[in-house]
Amino acid sequence: MTGDTLTAIVEVADAKVSFGAVKALDGVTLAIMPGECVGVVGHNGAGKSTIVSVINGGLTPHQGNISSDGERLARYGIGVARARGVRCVFQELSLCPNLTVIENTRILHRHLGGFGWRKRARKVIERSLDLVFPGHGIESDRSVGELSIAERQMVEIAMAFSDAGVAPRLVILDEPTSSLDAGLAEQMLGYVRRFVDAGGSVIFISHILNEILTTASRIVVMKDGRIVADRRSIDWTEHSLVESMGSVAKGEANRRAVRDLAGAPVVVEQIGPGLPFRAKRGEVVGLAGLAGHGQTRMLMKLHAAETSDWLARREATVAFVAGDRRLNGVFELWSILKNFSIGSLGDLTNRGVVDVAAEMERATDWKRRIDIRTQDLANRILSLSGGNQQKVLFARALSTRAPVVLMDDPMRGVDVGTKQEVYEIIRQQAASGRTFVWYSTEMEEVCLCDRVYVFRDGAIVAELEGDAVTEGNILAVSFRGAAA
Amino acid sequence: MRMLGRISRKPWMWSWTAAFVVWFATIMVTGGASTFDLSQAALTFAAFSIIVGIGQMFVITLGPGNIDLSVPSTMTLAGTLALKLMEVDNAMIVPGLVIAMITGVGVGVVNYALIKALRIPPIIATLSVSFIVQSAAIWTNRGLRIKPPSFLADFTTANTLGVPNVAIIALVISVFAWFLLEKTIYGRWISAVGQSMPAAKMAGIPVDGTRFVTYIFCAVLASLAGYLLACFSGGAALNMGSEYLLMSIAVVVLGGTAVAGGDSNVPGIWGASLFMFLVVSMLNTYGLGAGIRLIMTGLIIISVIMLAGGRAR
Amino acid sequence: MRLTYSAEAVRLAVPALSLTVLLAAVFWLQPRAMSYVGLNLLFNLAVPIALATIAQMLIMAVNDLDLSMGTFVSFVACVAATFLRDTPLLGTLILAGVVGVYAAIGIVIHLRNLPSIVVSLGMSFVWAGLAVLLLPAPGGQPPDWVRALMTAKPPFAPMAIIASIVIALVAHLLVMRSSLGVLIRGVGGNERSVERAGWSVLAARAAAYGLAGVFAVLAGIALVGLTTSADANIALRYTLLSIAGVILGGGEFIGGRVSPIGAVIGALTLTLAGSFLSFLRISPDWQIGAQGAILIIVLALRLLLARIEKREKAR
Repeated sequence: MTGDTLTAIVEVADAKVSFGAVKALDGVTLAIMPGECVGVVGHNGAGKSTIVSVINGGLTPHQGNISSDGERLARYGIGVARARGVRCVFQELSLCPNLTVIENTRILHRHLGGFGWRKRARKVIERSLDLVFPGHGIESDRSVGELSIAERQMVEIAMAFSDAGVAPRLVILDEPTSSLDAGLAEQMLGYVRRFVDAGGSVIFISHILNEILTTASRIVVMKDGRIVADRRSIDWTEHSLVESMGSVAKGEANRRAVRDLAGAPVVVEQIGPGLPFRAKRGEVVGLAGLAGHGQTRMLMKLHAAETSDWLARREATVAFVAGDRRLNGVFELWSILKNFSIGSLGDLTNRGVVDVAAEMERATDWKRRIDIRTQDLANRILSLSGGNQQKVLFARALSTRAPVVLMDDPMRGVDVGTKQEVYEIIRQQAASGRTFVWYSTEMEEVCLCDRVYVFRDGAIVAELEGDAVTEGNILAVSFRGAAA
Repeated sequence: MRMLGRISRKPWMWSWTAAFVVWFATIMVTGGASTFDLSQAALTFAAFSIIVGIGQMFVITLGPGNIDLSVPSTMTLAGTLALKLMEVDNAMIVPGLVIAMITGVGVGVVNYALIKALRIPPIIATLSVSFIVQSAAIWTNRGLRIKPPSFLADFTTANTLGVPNVAIIALVISVFAWFLLEKTIYGRWISAVGQSMPAAKMAGIPVDGTRFVTYIFCAVLASLAGYLLACFSGGAALNMGSEYLLMSIAVVVLGGTAVAGGDSNVPGIWGASLFMFLVVSMLNTYGLGAGIRLIMTGLIIISVIMLAGGRAR
Repeated sequence: MRLTYSAEAVRLAVPALSLTVLLAAVFWLQPRAMSYVGLNLLFNLAVPIALATIAQMLIMAVNDLDLSMGTFVSFVACVAATFLRDTPLLGTLILAGVVGVYAAIGIVIHLRNLPSIVVSLGMSFVWAGLAVLLLPAPGGQPPDWVRALMTAKPPFAPMAIIASIVIALVAHLLVMRSSLGVLIRGVGGNERSVERAGWSVLAARAAAYGLAGVFAVLAGIALVGLTTSADANIALRYTLLSIAGVILGGGEFIGGRVSPIGAVIGALTLTLAGSFLSFLRISPDWQIGAQGAILIIVLALRLLLARIEKREKAR
């Protein structure tokens, strides 16, 4: 391309990415032009984070290509992206907490070295901080670990906009205001507008819709790994954004019959910020909202309240089904059998000695009931597919006598067939009086619950029941500023 | 062939094979003359590292960062206190054993109390405790070297049906440890905690209780070994435990226990302990000194960890 | 320098305070210690310990641990008392070679993702073996220049004090002020972000191990200069002492939080603990125990400080 036609800073064409059976990106084409701020919205699993990783070079798409400044790049990675001025503020902390702000600047800008680098690094980061957050009051020789969360985020943002040799041209902001107060957020948004006016580009992801509407020049709506709408932001309203994020018919088919649980006793309770949490006997309670807004923390709290670190309880009162299998689910060195039985060993031991026959019997029974596909229960757990590992974790929890089962988004990356089987089991067990607290990032599953708490910014902000459990309602409260 | 493949996948096979090869190489030189003596000596001296090593293995099974550096000083203190209490009196043998055990329980409790209360890594907690215990041992040990009661001195140096008594004790403890690990709920808990602490917590396992008991168990085994060693060598010497700091870790690693935790291996401890002693006697027989022996031991440990412990980045 | 309430200052406060209190107690018990000769006697053995502590600190900065420090320093002492004196060129070559070995260990640990505790455990046997081969019985003699350096009597302050200050300053410049130091600590703090910024974590870890080797070599040479002869077990306690020194000085096992000045102070505190007890007329039996107790007290103090700080932050 030549002449005065603007060329895109980064252009992704027909990118496809899949993790196992899950299609994270299903043919996305997105071009970021100089001088525009592109807002990206979408619900959990829509593909926002994946497209960000593709653009910043952290993830190579399995299909499709990337070009920059009109030049098609065969080998695109973090290094290439940085050299072309692509910067990213990650959701997780990407600074070294033990180093000072200045030293972190040194790590980020490789070419600052040489005698007197401290002075240069200080200049770079302080100039950027002063520009983005005037009057910030952050001393740049303090270590990042002792800054407050808001200050840390400010440093991350200023770091992304800082210029030491390679000027930032495209800055990706993924939920940048999540721990900033209103004043600081406004400062940052103001800076983003000035940056864009001066010819820079920004990709902006946020769950606060009016931030996006007032800051972005163009808004892209993603759903199921695809871009479903792409309009100038003046053509959007909060309402139309929420509407286009949702899918109407899906999930309704699975809706369960409304049950009357008014008379059932409350079995778990937790008072925290926002609305109080309660679950009744035999109820399926959903925890919804955007991922990472406090749902898992709520489950952990419920679990910690009912278990002891020092003595084993005779009667377990809660069981837990992990979503992040590698982190807090499977025991990787163990067989399927041991992974299954660890939750209910109390029932299977006689004076501390494990009754191997009873253990095997129960495992075989559950293998049949939940259809774990393996030849031999003595095989290692890692020999199973992800979905079957997840089934083992379900069986571990369901085979206990615990009246309450906590589920931490356990269906991530599980195939459709398995999902349907598990839904059916949950339905049966709830009918026989078991309580389920179910955090899910999938709308379809949330719609299976009797009652749903929606989380935003670490607190319960809404309680939906029966027919009010709809995707539209959940989206409306998950994104701030869209309700009412 | 398949059978051979299955056995070679058992981690303890390697240490046993190595021990056997060294044993064979040694008796080849001596022309088989001292086969019986060599085997007996190996069993005797290995017994102490086995007892200490099993305790250390339990702690290492708890996962990365778990290690008990107070083992040597606990051995010394327990041995010293017991001999002092017994005062060469055969009637005091049981009280002596009890005081050794109490020492172990005490050290274990303090170890875990520090880990928990000061929220410091086990290595630094057990290190500080070992400093204090070491001093306590020096202080109590002052003065004349007290001999063990005659019955104990005879018992620990004698054989039953050709097998050294200390080796029989080590065998009993090993069987007990194996039973704990393989057959009981406690064994499952240790292994689960060692594989993943968050997962163990969420499976409802009392993580702190499990770790607490394990640190006590390790310290108690160390004191028992100290008690036996003091009697065996005719008195408690101040440096009698020092050799066992590195030794206890080395036999665990060589025995095929996963350094990353979660997987322990009792038979491997036997193979590794026998091997460690036999290498010494082999090199002695060949006329090679302590230097070569130490270097070889080190290189073997590093090769084992490189073969077994490598996880690709 | 602005007077800011920085993390580093707080980190240094506890060790500095404990050293001051201990020193004040020693002077109160034994006013004669407050002299040139007295100070030299009190801190004489601190120099090699301080150097070994800095070496251990470099390893801990990248979240590893070196269990071979004691045997390595002993080995170096043996080399210094034999080769370095008799054939200085060969001696220097050997010492340069072992520094290279240290860097190589760092590379192997990184590439194969091995637990540093076990690898260094293996190495400790190797160094011990080499030392025994070199000096089966205590013996050897330090090179004259080493002896002269360690027993020099500079004006104003005794050698031990001056050497400690120099060590602290050099290590501070290297670890806290230079780009390389930042990189090494960055690896300890957040390996992924260092990698993401395009640095080689492998090179950083190798550098940390190599530098640790240099300081440990210096520790061995300094030790021989003080003791006049070497043997294979001369510094076995340094493994535990160096770890304790780093922790006392405000360092942490993981997260790249280390302080070179603190580490030197920690080493001095550990050295002083023994003298303190002897002035109290408590039997020297408790010298090691006192080191353990100080370690526990300082860690408890630090936890307390962190709690208070946290509460103030929450307010």
